[in-house]
Parts: sequence; structure tokens; C-alpha cells
Amino acid sequence: MANVTHQSAIIPDRSLFNILDKVADKLPAVLAVIGLIGLWQLVVWGFSVPTYMAPGPADVLNAFRENSTVLWNNFWPTLFEAALGFVFGNLVAILLAILFVHSRTAERAFYPIAVFVNTIPIIAVAPILVLILGNGYAPKIVIAALICFFPTLVNMVRGLKAVQPATLELMRVLSASGSEVFWKVRIQSSLPFLFAALKIASTTCVIGAIVAEWIGSNYGLGALIIEATYNFRSPLLYATVFTAALLAVSLFTIVSVVEKRVIHWKAQGVH
Amino acid sequence: MVVSALRKSPVVIGNSAATAAPAVSVRNIDVTFGAGDAAVTALAGVSVDIPEGSLVTMLGPSGCGKSTLLRAIADLVPTSAGEITVLGRSPQQARQDRNFSFVFQDSTLLPWRSAIDNVRLPLEVGGTHAAHGEPANLLELVGLKGRENALPSELSGGMRQRVSIARALVTKPKILLMDEPFGALDEITRDKLNEELLRIWQETGTTVVFVTHSIPEAAFLGEHVLVLASHPGRVKEFMPINLPHPRQLKVRDTIEFVRITAHLRQLLEEC
Ligand SMILES: Nc1ncnc2c1ncn2[C@@H]1O[C@H](COP(=O)(O)OP(=O)(O)O)[C@@H](O)[C@H]1O
Ligand SMILES: [Mg+2]
Repeated sequence: MANVTHQSAIIPDRSLFNILDKVADKLPAVLAVIGLIGLWQLVVWGFSVPTYMAPGPADVLNAFRENSTVLWNNFWPTLFEAALGFVFGNLVAILLAILFVHSRTAERAFYPIAVFVNTIPIIAVAPILVLILGNGYAPKIVIAALICFFPTLVNMVRGLKAVQPATLELMRVLSASGSEVFWKVRIQSSLPFLFAALKIASTTCVIGAIVAEWIGSNYGLGALIIEATYNFRSPLLYATVFTAALLAVSLFTIVSVVEKRVIHWKAQGVH
Repeated sequence: MVVSALRKSPVVIGNSAATAAPAVSVRNIDVTFGAGDAAVTALAGVSVDIPEGSLVTMLGPSGCGKSTLLRAIADLVPTSAGEITVLGRSPQQARQDRNFSFVFQDSTLLPWRSAIDNVRLPLEVGGTHAAHGEPANLLELVGLKGRENALPSELSGGMRQRVSIARALVTKPKILLMDEPFGALDEITRDKLNEELLRIWQETGTTVVFVTHSIPEAAFLGEHVLVLASHPGRVKEFMPINLPHPRQLKVRDTIEFVRITAHLRQLLEEC
């Protein structure tokens, strides 16, 4: 006992140690990344790879500096499309999932259609949507939404149904109404499933927006990728790809942070 | 179908008053699951009176219909013949009036709610309820003072079951229906909770119907033991346990207790 008090007197600031702990936690990952970048640079130097074929990290860094305005100007449209697609795709999926658990008929009517739509490769639907919706933001948002939609629908339906039969019996003994069961039990138990899907969607919505920009666009990271490729501006191409990855990682992080805020309990059986 | 005659205890022990109307009256009920060739007769011609304020344990081999009888009383399973009255009402009416609470084998706590919020759940659903207990006091009654804000995942199996008992008591029920509530717990925890259940029963004056497949548990807790036989489920004997209250665990070492359990064991072997 005395020993413990003694120790806490010597260690004035626990938070400092927590920070050091976290750094030590991340250290292997940081070292691995630095190692890989170093290896990349060595390979490029060692084999004298021409820059247009594969630029080294130094070239890419340079491209970031020289093209910062271009990258920045094309970053915003892609973010806008991906974010709106994320919101609409998931919103429709959530509402449809709620409809499905309330109506077996609706589920039997629309679920097969949803499965069918999901089996069409997004890259194949994209040109069709561009033809229908034109060259503006609309087709990009729709494609980003489409790519988010299905995983969220499936997970949300699963989550809303993932209530133990005994819990439903408990609610029955308590004479709880249907809406009470829905709001107090089903929605809550679906949240871990929903967030698992939202995390997937946070990265795929960026893919959706970029693929849509490939088909027909003069702006956005997708358009920049195409342009840089055709002009053999490889360092810019790499810089654009990294920017897109950064966008996806940022969205993923935002969703993860919100998840930690919303779900403070340990969920079981979510993959 | 042999239905054994009801044997009423001539001696008044514990909380029961011999003259009062029964808290639960089961008259010649049948319960059948499924239809046609697949039909299973879970209960056939079961009759029993649960005296008001008494603690009746229900004992029988696995699959003999103990849960089914308890669920029929709780309006969770429909009867195909006969009549059940709970405090002179239909089970459905009694459920809507919150005359009874149900404790499941699994604690069925909502994992996202703290202990005290789980205890509050019955007060938040099924309409407004005038008479109710104070959740904090109930947690103290079941020995969980100081753990009000713990999540179910932070509590042991025994503690979770204590929370679910507090939740059952929050509506101030006249009757407590318990389906193998301690079945999943280790023996030491189970013994402790058995003693505490007796204390709570005497403090609250609630009628308790307690399902178990443990002979010592049935004999230790019960003022009466309702022994069920299987295929089809029927009453084998309604046996008074003439052990004085308050009972302590050491009563199980007495000759009297051993005689009772020997008799119960023999009854079960005949089933
Ligand atoms: N929902 C159900 N559907 C079909 N059969 C059931 C159902 N519930 C119970 N049974 C059957 O009724 C019989 C009694 O079950 P139960 O009351 O759970 O037994 P116990 O609780 O004594 O172990 C068993 O044969 C069981 O298979
Ligand atoms: Mg059972």
C-alpha cells in the first residue's frame, strides 16, 4: 500500500506516460512505412527506373509541392461527390432496411432487386449513368451512393434483426409497443452493424466518385489521374493517388471517431 | 391422463395465508405446439393453485414443460384448453396491469444500458405506471450499490442476474415468475443468490414461482415444490416443504432436508 502511494508521488503526470504508450504502440507501423518508402527510393535509384515509369518518393514529394493548387482544386469536387454519395446512399439503405424489418412483403419484393443491382459491376453502370445524368455532379454522387448502398442495407437489416428472442419476450412481458421495441431495442442493437458498414462505405464512396470522374469529367481527382497518366506526368499521378487515399482515410477516421462516441458498449457478433 | 390431487399444506409457513385467494390459479390446461403430425403436447391437464405470498418452486426433468407452464401464466404461450387466472384476471390483463414480472435464465439486459438504466427500462415502456420502486434502492436491495453505472459487460454473470431481479422488482409486481434464473451460475454464486432471493421474498412479500431442475434448490427455496412429470407434462405432486423460515444454507445439512430431497429424487425417478 505504502509502496503504491510512494510511486504515484514520484510519477507526477500519468498522461505523459499514456502518450508515450500510444507512441510506442504506433512505432512498429511508423517504422514499417518509413522502411518501405526508403526501399522504394533505393529500388528507383538502384535500377535507374525512369521517372515516367515509376517516380521515386522524392519526385512525388516534389510533385505535391509544385502542384499543390491543382491538387487542392481537384480535391474539393471529389470530396463533395463522395460525401454526398455517402450520405444519400447510406440514408436510402437505412430507410429501406427499416422498411424491410417492418414489412415482410416489402423485403420479399425489393431485396432480390437490391441483390441484382449489387451484382452489376459499378464500372459497368457508370457510363450508363453518365449518359443519363450528364457531365455534372449528379452521376458522380449517384455512383458514390450506389457503391455505399448495398453493404449498409445488408448490415442494417442484419443489425435490426439481431435482437435476442428473450429480449423480445421481455419487451412483451413489459407490454412494450412496437415503436418502443424499435427505438429502445432494435435501433440500438443495429448500431454496431451500421457502423461496420459505414466504415466500409467511407472508403468505397471515394472509389465511386473517382471511377465516375474517369468516365466523363474535367475536374476531380479522378479526372486528374486520367490527365496525368495520358501526359506521362507520373509524379503528379502518384501525388493524386496519395491525395485520394488520404481523403478515404480521413473519412474513415471521422466515421471511427463518431462510432466511438456513439457506441460505448461492447457489441458481440459483428464482423 | 392422471392429474394428481392438489395437496394443500395445512401448516401456514412463511408469507402465505391459507385463506386468501390464490395468486395464480391454473385449471386443467393443455398446451400444444405445432399442428397435425408435428404437434407436441407440452402440457396436458395441469392444475395448480399458487397461494398468494408464497414461494413455489417448480421441479422436473428437462423438457417436461416447466418453462411452458410459467410462460402460459405470463401470457407468452397460448393455452389450447383450460383456464389460467392471475389475481382473478386473465394472464393478458394481468400482464397489461403489470401484476407480474418475469426473470429469464439469461439476464436479457440491454448491453448498451448501464445497470441502473436497465432497471429503469420497465418504467419507460408500456404506458405510464404510477406505483414503482426507486431503481437505486432496488440495486442496493440486490447488493449492487456502487455499481449503478456499470455496463452489463463489466458485471459478472451473478451480478447481471441481480440487475435483472432488480429490474423485475421495479414495477412492484405482486408475482415474480422466474425461469431457472440461476441455472447458468456457478454453485457458490447460486447458493448466495438463493439466500438473497429468500430475503428479498420476505422483505417484499411478493408471490414467487421459481423454475429449477436442481432438487436442493427446489427444496431449499420452496414453501411448496410443484413436481412435474414429462411426456406429456403433468403435475406429479404439489409437495409442501415444512422447513421453518427464515432459512439458511445450513438447513441443507439437516436430516429433515435430506429426507425431503430423497423424496423429491424418488418422485423424479418415477417421472
Ligand atoms: N416454442 C415451441 N415450439 C415447439 N415445441 C416447444 C416450444 N417450446 C417448448 N416446446 C416443447 O415443449 C416441451 C416442454 O418444453 P419446456 O417447457 O421448455 O421444458 P422445460 O422448461 O421443462 O425444460 C419440450 O418437449 C419442448 O420441445
Ligand atoms: Mg426450461
